[in-house]
Amino acid sequence: MLAKRIIPCLDVKNGRVVKGINFVGLRDAGDPIEQGKWYAENGADEITFLDITASLESRGTLLRMVERVADTIFIPFTVGGGVRSADDFRDLLRAGADKASINTAAVDHPEIITECAEKFGSQCVVVAIDAKFESDGKFRVYTHGGRRPTARDAIAWAREVEHSGAGEILLTSIDRDGTHNGYHLELTRAIADAVNIPVIASGGAGELAHFYDALQIADAVLAASLFHDRVMSIHQVKDYLAQRSLPIRTRSPHPLGEG
Amino acid sequence: MIAIIDYGMSNLRSVRHAFEYLGADARIIDSPAAIKNAAALVLPGDGAFGPAMENLRNCGWLEPLESAIRGGLPFLGICLGMQLLFETSDEMGAHRGLGILPGSVKRFPATAGKIPQIGWNQLNVRESSKFLAGIPDGAYTYFVHSYYCHPDDPTIVAATTDYGIRYASVAEQDNVWGAQFHPEKSGDTGLKMLMNFLAID
Repeated sequence: MLAKRIIPCLDVKNGRVVKGINFVGLRDAGDPIEQGKWYAENGADEITFLDITASLESRGTLLRMVERVADTIFIPFTVGGGVRSADDFRDLLRAGADKASINTAAVDHPEIITECAEKFGSQCVVVAIDAKFESDGKFRVYTHGGRRPTARDAIAWAREVEHSGAGEILLTSIDRDGTHNGYHLELTRAIADAVNIPVIASGGAGELAHFYDALQIADAVLAASLFHDRVMSIHQVKDYLAQRSLPIRTRSPHPLGEG
Repeated sequence: MIAIIDYGMSNLRSVRHAFEYLGADARIIDSPAAIKNAAALVLPGDGAFGPAMENLRNCGWLEPLESAIRGGLPFLGICLGMQLLFETSDEMGAHRGLGILPGSVKRFPATAGKIPQIGWNQLNVRESSKFLAGIPDGAYTYFVHSYYCHPDDPTIVAATTDYGIRYASVAEQDNVWGAQFHPEKSGDTGLKMLMNFLAID
């Protein structure tokens, strides 16, 4: 059975991790390779790297980082942040990313989704949607890292990105992000019901039950500080979810005999 | 030398790196002439069936590839590379494949689940499989696909996977092996399979 995925997210700036695992066991906490490898070996089903640099000059640095990550880990990883064009997207894939995510550029120029899907296949096109609950009772799409409101309704936008060729939606609740109060289930359900592509819920994980609740609806969950600050481990989350009968890729014997 | 075929359809870096990690001499080849130096062939691939066959044809791969495989050279097709081994596909029109293995490639029915299937799914392992030697039944590997292989001959199915339907996720016939998932992205489980591939002769 297809397993529900647990995805840690690492923020990187100028090729260095600025929000990642925070403990003395790592030689260099800023090294994306060391961080990625640690998560790959500790239960992550995928890893997302989010580049928050947002400057053109740092693009080369990011690509070199992606190459090094691709040469180090043997599970899939996604890179997001600062993708402005199909060329940017291609560069990330060529450097070794399995998927790339588009956010602001997709809102500004939705045709970029179709262009990337046609050129590289829907399977690697992730559209990130940052949504916020508004007083009119709707979920509004925000861009620029959740700072700038757009005219778009999140549910209509989710349908449009699926129609345009997106293979997956990374859905972040701006209301819940950083609160540890749980994923926004109403938002997640509204989007998951609207589309037939996988939805990754993001924003708000704080305790074990939050993962279970979100994964009743979503295909995957993303979490950052909870794992980085070692409030709980991915294995702990997975053991809990498996006990509650969700399909989960739990710890398996190491066929290479390295474990 | 393990030759990884570059026909413009895939990111080959991860596949090469996985073999190198296992100590193999893996090279990406973009010309059919290089096949003669290869001890084994790997055909990766993401993307659509039709354009993939067209690229193989335009770059002159079809005949050299077919004669190398029929001549007994160990061959591993990954994801789309597995699908291309079969005779036909109905991905966006009707297309002819390499036709090494009898059977067809079909789209998941809409009732199977979300399409594409993205993520880790389990293998129902046939014990006699060489590719899956040492892999426990129920092991998880990483899949990304919308189409699946339907071999005419059930005896070549080395593993099945369930996604709404039960389909062939590993095919194995003599020197010809195909994996619908990405061994290079399936952690230690996938690396073990690539080791098994390196061990055949």
